[in-house]
Amino acid sequence: MASEIQELESAVVRFAGDSGDGMQLTGSQFTSSTALEGSDLATFPDFPAEIRAPVGTTFGVSAFQINFGARAIKTVGDQPDVLVAMNPAALKTNLGNLRSGGLLVVDTGAFTKRNLQKAGYEESPLGTPMMDDYQVIDLDISKQTLEAVKEHGLGNKEALRCKNMWTLGMVLWMFSRKREPIVDWLNKKFAKLPDIAASNVAALNAGHAFGETAELNVSIKRYQIGANKTEPGLYRTVTGSQALSWGIAAGGELAGLNIVLGSYPITPASPILHTLSGMKEMGIVTFQAEDEIAAICAAIGASFAGSLGVTSSSGPGIALKMEAMGLAISTELPLVVINSQRGGPSTGLPTKTEQSDLYQAIYGRNGDAPLPVIATRSPGDCFEVAIEACRLAVKYMTPVMLLTDGFIANAAEPWMLPDLDALKPFKVEFAETPGEGETYNPFKRDEKTLARNWGIPGVPGTEHRIGGIEKSYDTGHISYDADNHQKMTDTRFAKIDGIANDIPLQEVEQGEENGTLVVVGWGSTFGPISEAVKAARAGGLSVSHIHIKYLNPFPRNLGDLLKGYDKVLVPEMNAGQLKTVLRDKFLIDAKPLNQVSGLPFKIVDILSAIRAEVSA
Amino acid sequence: MNEMTAPVQKLTIKDFTSDQEVRWCPGCGDYAILKCMQRTLPELGATRENTVFVSGIGCSSRFPYYMDTYGFHTIHGRAPAVATGVKLANPELDVWMITGDGDGLSIGGNHMMHVLRRDVDINILLFNNKIYGLTKGQYSPTSDPGTRAPSTPQGSIDSPMNPISFALGSGARFAARTVDTALKHMPGVFTRAHGFKGASFVEILQNCIVYNDATWADVTNKAVAKDKQLLLEHGEKMIFGADANKGIRFNAKTFALEVVTVGEDGITEDDILTHDETNLTLARMLAELGAEPSEPMAMGVLYADPAETTYAEAVHAQVNEFKGKRTLKDMIYSGQTWEVS
Ligand code: SF4
Repeated sequence: MASEIQELESAVVRFAGDSGDGMQLTGSQFTSSTALEGSDLATFPDFPAEIRAPVGTTFGVSAFQINFGARAIKTVGDQPDVLVAMNPAALKTNLGNLRSGGLLVVDTGAFTKRNLQKAGYEESPLGTPMMDDYQVIDLDISKQTLEAVKEHGLGNKEALRCKNMWTLGMVLWMFSRKREPIVDWLNKKFAKLPDIAASNVAALNAGHAFGETAELNVSIKRYQIGANKTEPGLYRTVTGSQALSWGIAAGGELAGLNIVLGSYPITPASPILHTLSGMKEMGIVTFQAEDEIAAICAAIGASFAGSLGVTSSSGPGIALKMEAMGLAISTELPLVVINSQRGGPSTGLPTKTEQSDLYQAIYGRNGDAPLPVIATRSPGDCFEVAIEACRLAVKYMTPVMLLTDGFIANAAEPWMLPDLDALKPFKVEFAETPGEGETYNPFKRDEKTLARNWGIPGVPGTEHRIGGIEKSYDTGHISYDADNHQKMTDTRFAKIDGIANDIPLQEVEQGEENGTLVVVGWGSTFGPISEAVKAARAGGLSVSHIHIKYLNPFPRNLGDLLKGYDKVLVPEMNAGQLKTVLRDKFLIDAKPLNQVSGLPFKIVDILSAIRAEVSA
Repeated sequence: MNEMTAPVQKLTIKDFTSDQEVRWCPGCGDYAILKCMQRTLPELGATRENTVFVSGIGCSSRFPYYMDTYGFHTIHGRAPAVATGVKLANPELDVWMITGDGDGLSIGGNHMMHVLRRDVDINILLFNNKIYGLTKGQYSPTSDPGTRAPSTPQGSIDSPMNPISFALGSGARFAARTVDTALKHMPGVFTRAHGFKGASFVEILQNCIVYNDATWADVTNKAVAKDKQLLLEHGEKMIFGADANKGIRFNAKTFALEVVTVGEDGITEDDILTHDETNLTLARMLAELGAEPSEPMAMGVLYADPAETTYAEAVHAQVNEFKGKRTLKDMIYSGQTWEVS
């Protein structure tokens, strides 16, 4: 029976299965096919901390969620419309979130007694009243896959590995997406293993054909989601880690400096180390250090010698780097420190997202040790923010903390390719050999920026000694003088505070510049806050959205702006950190809305908090 | 007008001496090391602009302030990592790293191990005074057991480590030892360390006159030095002693080095080992020599066996192989893209 095709504005699909079922691949391939159709999208890879958790267990479930649409998509979607569950454990952990009336695809072949037991089901939930709320497609995908790849002669185990492609084929059919890019990708990926490539392609085609020809439940429709009308240009999908790495490379080029990245493997920051390690063509030097401390120290050594040092880690690693950050602050050397935040404290939730390192960023380190802190809001935004971090570091001779998080690092979204030639250079000029009768003073400051005079080894005449001991304001030599320490401390603060004059004024994302309520966010909560404010405004509420990129120093108009609203609500994936900073800086009654579940906010949760605030 | 280029003058000790007042305790062994360095660099043809001294924290780590070169006084234990970064940024620089037994082997032990293993082309001078000086006299990882210090009023309990054995165990390809007062011996060791391509590790027995005075006296005192120091020379017999009749022999039964006297018990010069600085097994044995009161400590270059290439060179070779082959734009614009019009 030919299915009718229904136009949809957007849809949320979640692929869930065992860690070994290849759900991340399925999701990312569905993403690239979807992106090529021009839909806007946001993705959320949600995987376990264990590399290979025991098969079939609930804690071994790996999921990939995509929200895509013919309109601007800013979140991964509160609730899936379609859930693909490759085994009972995936069903158990994900069913609760499926929209009522949503579509559920299950592989009955994986619903064995043993798998049901492992997932904690006494009997199969399929066919029970528990399923009444959903449209269920229960198929023996395992069997269908074995059938489809039979002719390529794989063993049972290897053949079953193609299950995810069979499923992908069917979902592609369901959403009228093309198979070609995936076929190309499979042939390339398995170029050396033609049997595997052919089997995967066969499974993909079989899944697609199944949708086309099989008599599925008549109530199941085929969907069409068109292109999002967006700014004209050339697009690609990008993850936060990719965009950030490219931004660092661009920042190095704009500064006219070589990048030296010192890093130590840590979840979820490692992809940045991996990406930059693969960018030798751009002259990027990467150093996998023996530990987090060595990673930042090598970056500082590189900056001392005239490169731009960069270090990348996540919360626990950033904690280890704090003393060295103090050294970079004291010696006033440029450095970019990237924190891909994860759930804490301690080891916390390595694969789950959180934004609980804001205090660490602003207030960390011993002594009065200010540094600029900036945050990214989405995967694509990472490119620009990374460039800005490089600019501030070299212009102000300071370490800069760039906050991103596990969600942004792994999530993908369509990204309009930037015109690299249009980026404004901020070329560094090192101190030159002093003229006759002149001497070089490493702590001579630029009058406007207060940045010191960067002289580097290899240049005759600018030899100097620096270190973590307090330096004389006038000469840069060691000084234990009391008044001098006061002056140097004041100067270090003045330098960082002065950056407020060099950054854009805070804009209001949505709504008026005054009113009943403003929702203030930072980082990856941008999507859910934006959608919630949009919905609230559509419902006639006086609500605005402000999203802060520059967290230290704040834009110079932020205080006045916030005072224009009766109420301030601050949703954060932490226990209320920005809220405290805002209260401290502006003496305003900022109200927190906190969630530390390791998952992004749902739009509805922010929306109900908005409603409660406005009507209170 | 005639453009005149100044004739290239040989630098002197003065050129390498900064205007900073030296702040070590009077009588500290560090003074002699500093002078020796300032005197040796001109001999090596070093330039001020290409020379960088990197240090950690401790008495010895103040060293860079007194050299009129580039200098970076970093944080406790981390000098090897900072020095590695300096070399990664500019492999051409001549980098010296100054550290002590606490800085280099305790808080910075991990970095020391890795800088040696990686064979980063820097010269590491470890001032070993077997005590924490700057923090006022606590025992260190090289202190003799039973060292009475503020933190160990009943005497320290833990076993000390041997810096050269640690270095060789970490994969160092150059290890040498000298003494702060050996003003004739030290320049030669510095020269060898400087000339070595790769990480060169030099232990300097240094006297802390305030907190651990005379800790090396039984090795370095003039009266005993000849009997307690084995001055190594590559290709030369390991002969020492006031009468130049003692030697080192390999005892195959105990699988150890032993001290013998030429002319006694039928021992001839033929029984004495000849130093081969490329022999790692020999170097490991020599490093431990001196543990017994009857044994001398080995001085000079115990081990020198350079690798084909050094770390920073290899890193840059990898980068240069690809550099310029693709631009950032190529990279960003590659892959699956689509046009929105
Ligand atoms: S405390 Fe000891 S090592 Fe430190 S400067 Fe004084 S004498 Fe030298």
